[in-house]
Formats: sequence, C-alpha cells, structure tokens
Amino acid sequence: MNPKTANKVATAGIYALVSIVVIILIGILGNILVSGVPHLSWHFLSSQASSFQAGGGVRDQLFNSVYLLILTMIISIPIALGAAIYLSEYAGDNWFTNLIRTTIEILSSLPSIVVGLFGYLLFVVQFNFGFSILAGALALTFFNLPTLTSNFEQAIDGVSQAQRDAGLALGLSNWKTIRGIVLPAALPGILTGLILSAGRIFGEAAALIYTAGQSGSTIDYANWNPFSPTSFLNVMRPAETLAVHIWKVNTEGIIPDATIVSAATSALLIIVVIVFNFGARALGNHLYRKLTAAKAS
Amino acid sequence: MDNKEDLKKVVDQALAEQKVPHVKLKKIGAQKADVDKLTQPSKETRQEYWGKGLTYSAILLIIILVASIIGFIAVHGLATFTQNHVNVWHFLSSTDWDPGEGKNHVGALAMIVTSFAVTLLAAIVATPFAISVALFMTEYSSKKGSRFLQSVIELLVGIPSVVYGFLGLSIIVPFIRSVFGGTGFGILSATLVLFVMVLPTITSLTVDALKAVPNHYRQASAALGATHWQTIYKVVLRVATPRILTAVIFGMARAFGEALAVQMVIGNAVLMPYNLVSPAATLTSQLTSQMGNTVMGTLPNNALWSLALLLLIMALFFNFLVRLIGRKGQK
Amino acid sequence: MQDVKDIKPHIVHFAEDEQILSTQDLSVFYGGTTQKLFEASLQFKKKTITALIGGSGSGKSTFLRCLNRMNDKIARIDGQIWYHGLDINAQNINVYELRKNIGMVFQKPNPFPKSIKDNITYALIANGEKDKHKLDQIVEESLRAAALWDEVKDKLNKSALALSGGQQQRLCIARALALKPEVLLLDEPASALDPVSTSKLEDTLKQLRSDYSMIMVTHNMQQASRISDYTAFFHLGHVLEYNTTENIFTNPQGKITEDYIRGSFG
Repeated sequence: MNPKTANKVATAGIYALVSIVVIILIGILGNILVSGVPHLSWHFLSSQASSFQAGGGVRDQLFNSVYLLILTMIISIPIALGAAIYLSEYAGDNWFTNLIRTTIEILSSLPSIVVGLFGYLLFVVQFNFGFSILAGALALTFFNLPTLTSNFEQAIDGVSQAQRDAGLALGLSNWKTIRGIVLPAALPGILTGLILSAGRIFGEAAALIYTAGQSGSTIDYANWNPFSPTSFLNVMRPAETLAVHIWKVNTEGIIPDATIVSAATSALLIIVVIVFNFGARALGNHLYRKLTAAKAS
Repeated sequence: MDNKEDLKKVVDQALAEQKVPHVKLKKIGAQKADVDKLTQPSKETRQEYWGKGLTYSAILLIIILVASIIGFIAVHGLATFTQNHVNVWHFLSSTDWDPGEGKNHVGALAMIVTSFAVTLLAAIVATPFAISVALFMTEYSSKKGSRFLQSVIELLVGIPSVVYGFLGLSIIVPFIRSVFGGTGFGILSATLVLFVMVLPTITSLTVDALKAVPNHYRQASAALGATHWQTIYKVVLRVATPRILTAVIFGMARAFGEALAVQMVIGNAVLMPYNLVSPAATLTSQLTSQMGNTVMGTLPNNALWSLALLLLIMALFFNFLVRLIGRKGQK
Repeated sequence: MQDVKDIKPHIVHFAEDEQILSTQDLSVFYGGTTQKLFEASLQFKKKTITALIGGSGSGKSTFLRCLNRMNDKIARIDGQIWYHGLDINAQNINVYELRKNIGMVFQKPNPFPKSIKDNITYALIANGEKDKHKLDQIVEESLRAAALWDEVKDKLNKSALALSGGQQQRLCIARALALKPEVLLLDEPASALDPVSTSKLEDTLKQLRSDYSMIMVTHNMQQASRISDYTAFFHLGHVLEYNTTENIFTNPQGKITEDYIRGSFG
C-alpha cells in the first residue's frame, strides 16, 4: 500500500471508530434519559420505596444520597485541603514527599469495593457502628480523598508565585499567606474540584453497600433530634442511596417495576452528574472572572 | 555612545535631575529595626507551627489510612492461609471453590482467570477506539469538535458504574441472549460494559499523552514529505507510546477493580469460563455478592478476604507498572 | 579573554556606623550545584539608593532576594549577611520580623486581589493593629509617601486590580512602607511600566531617599544614574565594581564594566 492510500485508509478508520464511539455515547445518554425521564414524577421523588409492589419512589434514597454527600464533604474537605496545602506549600523535594505521593496514588488506585470492605471491617465490625451513614460517609471520604487532594493541589498551584512573594515580603507567615491570600485566590479551582468530586461521590455504590448498608430504616422527617433512631438526621442509621438502590432492585429486588425504577433513578443520577459537571465549570468561570476582573467604577 | 565626554554629559544631567525637594514623612517614616525582636519568636512563628502541624497531620492521617487499609485487608486475607491452613498454591491454582465450614475448597483460579479475561478483553477492545478518539481530538478535529468530545468524555467518566451495570443488564444481556442463546450473562457482557467504562479513562489519558508530543516533531515530519498518517504513526504515536501504555494500564486497573457493573451482568457462577457467554464470576463480583452472606471469622468469610487481598495486590501491581513505565519513559 | 574570577573587583567600603546592611562572601547555589553568585561582599550605606546593575543572569536579582531571605525555599546560601550585627541567616533569626524591617517590591506589580485599602492594611491587621483610625492614617500616609494618594483617595475601597500598572506598583511600595521598614529592596520595579509611570515611580523613590535605605536592581542604566547614589555592577555572578554612581558611569575601572555601561546607554 502506498503512503497516500494508507493515509486515506487510516483516516477513514479513525473517523469510523470515532463515529461508533459517538453513537454509543448518544445511545447511552439517550437511552437513559428517554427511558427514565418520563417516570421522573413528583410522586416518584416524594414517595417511599416499595419492597415488593410496583409504584414505589426514591424519597429516602434521594435524601440519603444528599446527606451522605454533605457528610462526606464535611469530613474530607479539611483533610484534603490540609494535605493539598502541605504538598504544594511545605513539601520539599525529598523521600518523604515521594512517600506521600506514592501513598495518595495507591489510595486512588484502590478499587472502591476494597475501600468499602475496609470501611466495613473497621467501622461496621471493629467499631461496632453497624451499617450506618457514618460508616458510609467515612468510606466515601477514603474513596474521595485522593481525587479531592489532587484537585485542590492543582488549584493552589495555579495561584501565581508573585502573590505568595507579596505576602511573605510583608513579613506574613507562610500559613497566613496561604490562608489569607493563596486560598481565596484558589477558590474558583477549589470549588470546581469540589463539585466534580461531588458528582463522583453521588453515584458511588460499591463503597457503600457494606458500609451504609443496602436497606433503609423508617425515617421520620419531622424528627430533628439527631440521636433518635428514626430521625432523618441520625448518622447511625443504615441508609440506602440512589446508586445502591439501582443495584439492589436489579440484583436482589423483587419489585415488578424494577426496570422502570432503575431507569428513572439512573436518569436522576445522570441529571445530577450533568448538573454538577456544568455547574462546576460555570461556577469556576464565574468566580474566576469576579476575582480577576477589574471593577470598573 | 562614542566617547567618554558624551557619556559624562548624559550622566551629569541625570545626576542633576536627582535633586528634588523631598517630603518629610511624619507617621510612617522608616523606623529603626527593633533588634531584640529580630531574634525572638513572634506571632508568625507560632502561626507557622500551627499551619505546619495542621497540614502535616492531614498528611499523616492519609498515610495511616493507607497503611491500615493494606494492613487490615492483609491480616484478614491471610487468615485463610494461617488459620484455616489453606495452601496458597491451592488457592491460586485450583478451580474448586466451595468454601464451607470444614471444607478447604478455596480454589480461586476460576475467578482470577475471569477477572483477567474481562480486564484484558475490555482493554483490547477499548484501546483502538480510545486511541482513535484521542487522535481525532488532537490531530484531526477542530478546536470546537475536540472540546465537544472532551466534555462528552468527562460526562462518561461521571456516569455512575451502577448505571452502566443497569444498561448492561437491560440492553447488552438481552442482546447477547438473543444472539448466542443461553442466559446472556457472562464474560462477553461484562467485557462490553467494561469497554464503555474504561473508554473515557483511556481516551482522556491518551489525549494528554498526544498533547505532550512537541509540535516540532510533527512539523519536522511533515517537512520531510510524510503524509498525515505517516507522521502520526511513525512519530506522534511512537513518541507517546509510554504514556499511552500508562493510559491503558489505568484503564485495566479500573476494569479489574470494577465491582457492581460487572457483578450485575456476569452471572455470578464460580465456574472456570469455557466460553464468553456462560455465567462466570470475577473477584469483585464474588466479593460483592457473597460478603453479606458469610459470618466474620469463618472460612467462607476469610476466603472472601483473600479475594479482596488479591484485588489489593493487583491494584498495587498496576500502580507499580505505571511507575515502571514512567521511569523508563524519563530515560 | 580574562576569566571573570581573576578580575580584581573595585569595591567601596563604608565605616561600620554608616552601614545598614552588608554581605560577606555571599554565594548562592540553585539545585545543589548551580552557583548563581560568587562570594559577593558588599556594604550598603544608610539612607541612600544603591543600584545593582548587570546583564540578565548576572546574579543581581538573586543577590537582592537573599537580603530578606526570599530565596529560602529555592536556594542554598553560603556566607553572611549582616544586619544590626546579626547574621540574618542564623538559626535564631525571626525571618518574619526581618522582612518587616526589610521590605521588598517586585518586578511585576503584585497587589492582592483586594481593595486598595485592604492591600495596605492587610499585613498591619495581621500584625495586630486594630485601631481603625490609626489604620486609616497609615493608609493615607503610605499612599502619600508613594505619591499615589491624590489618584486613589476617592476609591480606596475599589479593587486594586483596577489600577494601572504604574499605580499598582506604587501601591505595592505603599504597602511595603506601611510596615515602617528600614530598608526597601526593589527588584526592577519599573521594568513592567510605561515611561510616564516610570518617571512617577522614580520621583517617588527620590522622595523616599532621605528616610529609607534602598537597594534597587535595574536593567535601565539611565534609571540607575537618575536616582541612585551608589551602583554595583554584577557580571556572571561576580561583583566587579561598586562605587558612587557618578564614578561607575563616568570613570569605570574595569573593561567589562565600561563595555557594559557604554553598550547599555544609547
């Protein structure tokens, strides 16, 4: 084959494969949205799941997903931020920094089921939490830390060295410079990273099935006492999330409308992920513009 | 500036201009340094201890966490061999999996083979697609097109794995059933689901790899009269090979560790796979479906932890491979 | 061609009580092995402007950044820097207090993305100054000292990023002055500015001369001759000549110095 023919053949091949990928993508998104969205009714969002009849909703699962997300973020943000600050501001070029980076890489490469099983061993069994939101939030934190740390680190690294110099030259401590000057300037990147990882957490199931559990208890949304077992705020109660629900109804569930429930829940998850994705970018851009733009008047 | 006289004139004039009346400052004028303060710790010193301490403890926490994940899973995973006296070789080489009390039938080979099979097959199918899409984005498409594909890929990464599992269950499994007969569950279904799941991972890392190839290579090749494809094939891909390999390994690591999506479509029968369309089980699928059915501390449970340990070791191994290639690429 | 190392430098000396800062055999290494500065021994006279000149890579900026330890993280330093009888690189030196006494203005204006007023008060508040009235006074004084007050007095609460480059640089000077430093280090403060802003900045520096000891790196020979009292010439990491500005420019002792000055004026 002469080079010109080879060029044409290769180009055609690439275009063909790309087209197939695009078709698959459209197929996936289209399928989920078309089969799911029509079933996304207020009734579906606001009623309890049913265990063996058709017509159940995902109210508790939706709340649990959001609650777990919030708790996970509350636990993981300070740790990830601390680690990111250490890595970008304090870490020297030495064996210890290498060790940290290796450790974080290992954590990020662990399958989420392994992280979930560790959470199960430590919290559910060892600490005797039982299947609980707290155990789930901690497992999700472990799963989330590497991504969040590297997102934060990138955001912090993106702040110009000139800003750090300015703070240091005024006799401010490193810490004060980071807190007062670098972090505010890194805020757009930090928020973007946060939201992107929120999308990941929202859809995670493998780390949860043996930590937060696969079934929920009866929840009372009027009970604001977090120590009461029926309170929606109780962190020691077992909780099933949207993602776990999809898995559950498809593998062990016996409800007759499993496909419809799964399709609707999948659509809900995808919509949330899309909103997070675009939201992260839009918010990041907006904040970035706000921070750097010179106010005219 | 030809001679010293000219230079002197210019400089003299400049020096003359220096004489400006100066404003005396009242409140903020320079202050003589307080020499004592220079050698005393101050508020800043304390802030610094505080800041370093806080960030350092975050780091320590992560290190302790990773160490205890490895430690805990290793201790429980090794119990099969230390407490139940199962032979390690038996575990790795036998296909006889029926761990009950008193029965030391803990041969994991069927699951190991299945895990590797779905991982390798998914990588083999996904890689040409991923490289094509990446090449399209970096070498062919306009900026707009590549940005569109970029955001689609990011979206695909974001789709939860249970959703992929559900799609596999509702589309791929029935399709396979109608074509090949049988249940439709099996390695082929798992491969197809994993293919879609690792595609974005491999693609986006390959895009990074291709973008890292300096443009002057492309220009040099084109200047020699090479066709676009020759440039890509002989120069761009060759230079980017180590990083593309890394991308594929990352994809394989994801496939190997994926639990729920695979568990939903593979059929969960611990059998040595003899074809691609009969039910099988991977390490992850077995863990997912059985962990809740066993009692802590018993052999059936310990055997599952041994599977988890195997998963962990493979994750570390993939990590090691990536580093190895990275180090080689640097040389 | 004579090796730079073998040239005997011509360097002025000052009596001890005239010195504000001095260095002794100061060497700087980057990345362990690359030496950027070779045994520089310079004494700086109180309440004067000293210009550090030389080509790119001559080590003048590296030298300047050592004087308030801005190189701590990136370089290894040999030799001593004396300030009030203390070696500023000694273990017991409080680097934060040191930097409050030896302020610095950088090549590119780097105001914080905060209001003009907050830019000045930020470090003061961090130092524990709470008195609002006093803070306002310091803001005004330091802006006046930096010759910026008249231009910004009506928009103190507006973002500093809305100012022109020249104004931003003067704001950075004001910010440094607000801490009442004894020494002001300036790293090519006018290199990013247009001629009009440069001239305003130079006027500002000239006004400050009788109160502050200033050490300024500059690429611009005219600028050095317009505002400095003493000038040190750096070449490839060595200080070849240090003398009154007049002497350096009109009667350079070494061939390299002369060539550089002639080549750069013009």
